[in-house]
Amino acid sequence: MNRWLGSAVALIAMSVLAPVMAQTTIKPAVVYSTGGKFDKSFNEGVSAGAEKFKKETNIAVAEFEPNNETQFEQALRRFAQRGQDPIVAVGFSQAVALEKVAKEFPNVRFTIIDSVVKLPNVQSVVFKEQEGSFLVGVLAALASKSGKIGFVGGMDIPLVRRFQCGFEQGIKYANPNAELISNMTGTTPAAWNDPGRGAELAKGQFDRGVDVVYAAAGSTGIGILQAAKDRGNLGIGVDSNQNHLHPGTMLTSMLKRVDLATYNSFKAAQTGQWKGGVQVLGLKEGGVDWALDKDNEKLVTPAMKAKVEAAKADIVSGKIVVHDYMSNNSCKP
Amino acid sequence: MDEAFSFVFLMLASTLRVATPLVLCAMGGLFSEKGGIVDVGLEGKMLMAAFFAAATASVTGSAWAGVAAAIIAAEALALLHGLACITYRGNQVVSGVAINILAAGLTVVLGAAWFARGGQTPPLVGDQRLAPLFLPGAGDNILVYAALLSVPLTWWIIARTRFGLRLRAVGEMPLAVDAAGLSVAWLRYRAVLLCGLLAGLAGAYLSIGQNAGFSRDMTAGQGFIALAAIIFGKWRPLPALGACLIFGLLDAMAIRLQGVRVPGLGEVPVQLIQAMPYLLTMFLLAGFIGRAVAPKAAGVPYEKEH
Repeated sequence: MNRWLGSAVALIAMSVLAPVMAQTTIKPAVVYSTGGKFDKSFNEGVSAGAEKFKKETNIAVAEFEPNNETQFEQALRRFAQRGQDPIVAVGFSQAVALEKVAKEFPNVRFTIIDSVVKLPNVQSVVFKEQEGSFLVGVLAALASKSGKIGFVGGMDIPLVRRFQCGFEQGIKYANPNAELISNMTGTTPAAWNDPGRGAELAKGQFDRGVDVVYAAAGSTGIGILQAAKDRGNLGIGVDSNQNHLHPGTMLTSMLKRVDLATYNSFKAAQTGQWKGGVQVLGLKEGGVDWALDKDNEKLVTPAMKAKVEAAKADIVSGKIVVHDYMSNNSCKP
Repeated sequence: MDEAFSFVFLMLASTLRVATPLVLCAMGGLFSEKGGIVDVGLEGKMLMAAFFAAATASVTGSAWAGVAAAIIAAEALALLHGLACITYRGNQVVSGVAINILAAGLTVVLGAAWFARGGQTPPLVGDQRLAPLFLPGAGDNILVYAALLSVPLTWWIIARTRFGLRLRAVGEMPLAVDAAGLSVAWLRYRAVLLCGLLAGLAGAYLSIGQNAGFSRDMTAGQGFIALAAIIFGKWRPLPALGACLIFGLLDAMAIRLQGVRVPGLGEVPVQLIQAMPYLLTMFLLAGFIGRAVAPKAAGVPYEKEH
């Protein structure tokens, strides 16, 4: 009898204390985008965040790499059914599937990166890519000798246009006479995974005089940056820090801290502080940035660095407002 | 003048780069189809070859070892196709599709198991890739020339040699070949093996020539385009080469024309540019090609009368 009472008291105490006790057990999961976990870019950033969480907490993170878009919904639903929570969905293309599944499982917490889904159990994390792209644009304009700068995007969607538009503004800020030559790899999700075509597009730009190319194309970027190296031109990476891919010909990388977004979502769930809603991460919030490390420090002169840092400070303070392509679907304010 | 010349040269270089795997694949498919074996599995063979080329090159550090591995991998699938279609007289299209699915899955699984990079191989550097021979900027590695050379060679073998004559006979009327005392199966196996050899080279070109490493589904439907080129060329080597070059040129143009402003129209939409090759294909197919006649016995398993 006594023992029963004791355990009942303990149970009640536990249920009362649970919210107070910082660490709860969670079963987090990630559904990657079609680019694949090891795209050296966007998805790999998410993976890095998940790995960090795994290492710190010893909590396993379930992962799924879909081969095509139709698998998003199945994967999200399967994870929700298996009691995974929270679930991070990577990429804008999962928005529709996630909205559907999130309605079916109102008690499961979802985080979507790069898109907004307005449901109470969904946390939407979007980035001000235009601000980060602006900075690498400044750097590109300063590093270019020909005054011609290239941009190769992945799939032709407003999100990628936002990279392009911010990049263009940065270029014009540093050198009003510089010219931007832009290409998109394709109009289907396959455009994130076509390094051969990316390389061919980049070579086409180099032939037209481009000497710095910005690859905002997921796994396709591997081909673009390789082409830059093969031709002795400069490449700019995206999402993850890609400087290590080709030390010496990587001018910089536009960092999008998807690793932080993933890690924060898991950590918040674990500590019971997870909240739905929209988070917009810009330069000010540390959500985007430019990469400077040992692999590219020789390419960035002190004068270039000073100019980029000045632009960064001006954007953070609001002195420079970088126009967002997605606000009016045009690169003109 | 100078600018016009360099533009033409660059377009040509780009066309050749894109067309090389198509040409190699189309010549391979030509041998197979001439011998009466339909090969839908070109795509799969090329993909498997691309994977083993990159994997071997990255482990051994030698591009040539990669080329050898690519040929072996493609030949293995070719033999499998031969076993299913020639020895066991299975449906050739089904076998080809199965090979495509097998290659798409196996490359990613093996890649993930061996290199832990989600199916990609490590990026290749230096000697692990086939270097350009004469024009560093144009990317003219040895397989580009091999592709160009394969066309007259294919023509010569099919049109001028004893083996070629028998191959054509076995694709048109295997019964006659059998009656003449020749082995239909052995002839067809040789056709399939030649196809494997060329598809292997195409795969090696993709992963260690044009690109620096293997990535998932990197063939991106080029095996099927090569198949279309064979039909375009009415199962003849030179016209098939022409078809491959047209596809290559359209692709190169699509790349160059993107983002270019046309006077009076403004910037041409990306979608339109990218639809161009397909529109032109439809147009050419509907109006200019005329009747394309396949080898009569293509796709039909040969069964000896009892």
